[in-house]
Amino acid sequence: MLTCKDASRLISEGQDRKLSQREKIGLRLHLWMCDSCRLFEKQVGHLRQALRRGWSGGDLPTDKQLPEEAQERIRKVLKEHPNDDSNSST
Amino acid sequence: MSISDPERWLEEHGSALYSFALLHVRDGHRAEDLVQETLLAALKARERFQGNASLRTWLIGILKHKIMDEFRRQSREAPIPDSPEDAWDAAEARRAAENFTDNGRWSQPLTNWGDSEQDFSRDQFWSLIEQCLAALSPRMARLFVLRELWEMETKEVCKELAITPTNLWTTLHRARLGMRQCLEKNLCA
Repeated sequence: MLTCKDASRLISEGQDRKLSQREKIGLRLHLWMCDSCRLFEKQVGHLRQALRRGWSGGDLPTDKQLPEEAQERIRKVLKEHPNDDSNSST
Repeated sequence: MSISDPERWLEEHGSALYSFALLHVRDGHRAEDLVQETLLAALKARERFQGNASLRTWLIGILKHKIMDEFRRQSREAPIPDSPEDAWDAAEARRAAENFTDNGRWSQPLTNWGDSEQDFSRDQFWSLIEQCLAALSPRMARLFVLRELWEMETKEVCKELAITPTNLWTTLHRARLGMRQCLEKNLCA
């Protein structure tokens, strides 16, 4: 009989590889009797979905402000950087 | 295009690039450097920018290349140990094991999150994710992000970072346990 630890490993690995028939059956049996592992399975799937939805939906994080000093520094670097277009035309 | 464009890129997209970088590297200075490297690379390659993609998407694409280089470097500098005695590995394993009792049951019953994450704004969601990633070991966070965010195939992750599939699966299992625990703590607080 699988322990919850084993079951959680199979649930996780099921996201990354194909489980064997034997593993699948063992996991189904365990999930049938175990509320916590059923929740774990749901949450792992949920997390993946939420992350990928935010990600591929272009809903990327924008909450951090690039610090002033860094902006100044980068602005200077960009200014000093030779303009490739004008170099090639001269 | 005039030379003033890159400065506008900085104004309009600098903070988005910075926020994105911070999801992947923990050090703020390193994240600033990545923004700078990205804009410089964009400046060099700007004639290759196709107007049909959004500028931000294009810049994020360049930043992703920089981040992957960083991940490869970190992975080379701190190679993944084969021996279970290794300290990093032991700490990771111990933290994962804390989720379970000695006979392999959950040490605390899991809580149903319900729809609580629906109440989160985009920025709240990402800052929670960032906070939970920061609680993982850097190696765990790297692999988790590549797999769950970047949607890279397991084979590809193994190849890029020179690790075995077994090692990847074990690490992802621990990372998911850690993320779950952290999210539960925050969602059900």
